[in-house]
Amino acid sequence: MSIDPSSIVYFEWGVVRITATLVFTWVTMLLLTVAGLLLTRNLTDENNMSKSQSILEATLITMKNQIKSVSQQDPGKYLPFISTLFIFILTATILSIIPGFHAPTGSLNTTIALSLYVFFAVPFYGIQSLGIKNYLKEYAKPSVVMLPFNIISEFSRIVSLAVRLYGNVMSTSVIVIILLGVVPFFFPVVIQLFGILTGAIQAYIFAILATVYIASATSENQGG
Amino acid sequence: MDSITVIGMTSIVMAGLTIAIGSIAPAIGEGNAVAQALRSIAQQPDEANTISRTLFVGLAMIESTAIYCFVISMILLFANPFWNAIMG
Repeated sequence: MSIDPSSIVYFEWGVVRITATLVFTWVTMLLLTVAGLLLTRNLTDENNMSKSQSILEATLITMKNQIKSVSQQDPGKYLPFISTLFIFILTATILSIIPGFHAPTGSLNTTIALSLYVFFAVPFYGIQSLGIKNYLKEYAKPSVVMLPFNIISEFSRIVSLAVRLYGNVMSTSVIVIILLGVVPFFFPVVIQLFGILTGAIQAYIFAILATVYIASATSENQGG
Repeated sequence: MDSITVIGMTSIVMAGLTIAIGSIAPAIGEGNAVAQALRSIAQQPDEANTISRTLFVGLAMIESTAIYCFVISMILLFANPFWNAIMG
């Protein structure tokens, strides 16, 4: 039994190693890209818009409102980043009900990569809205004594974001494998369904936490 | 007992203990959080949306402590670094 799809290697040539994580990440990306191209092909602002367009718009507006209510700021700037994270994690989790599909989020490599995006997005948005001097000043608040702790918390965030997502997705697949050996047929299905729910909640939480971290870096008075 | 037996035995015992002890505190914490949130929703049903959103985020934060323990015990069982060092 493996606890990380990265240990399944399909093809190896020198330093290039095609693992199951990489392949299933590509599958997810391909699916999202094709779906995006198909859905945005016939956009219109007339009254007779298609069903897919109104579903798409409703989803985007919901995400926009969520980001707005969490960050208390104009959501337009953060929408592309946050919603991409959310949609990718959600799709990866939902696709894991397909037999043979290893969710790419069930690998520590993917989740660390995703949380590194957040790690770099925080200073990016922070410097963009405050300027580099004011952004760096935020680290020395409320007093200079807190400086090392603020820096440590930046790094512990990556670890906690990555391990939380990985642990949740991986735990479901491990429990399903164990149950398949003990009580086949019924219980693994229930756990798998429960896993989709957990995965969806984790996708939401990953996006919300990314929003919270970015919002705390971009707002001047609150301080991270 | 040779070192492989010792490492195997200690890893299995500690994996069980890690998840057993490590899930106590998050369980109590989550119970407290949910109880408090239900009380708040009962008092102010209008704020149910905000409260449940904050509750979910908070639960995930609390739960991650238990998830860390789970990851550690899985590493001890299936990807044990000491075991791999001995087996070469």
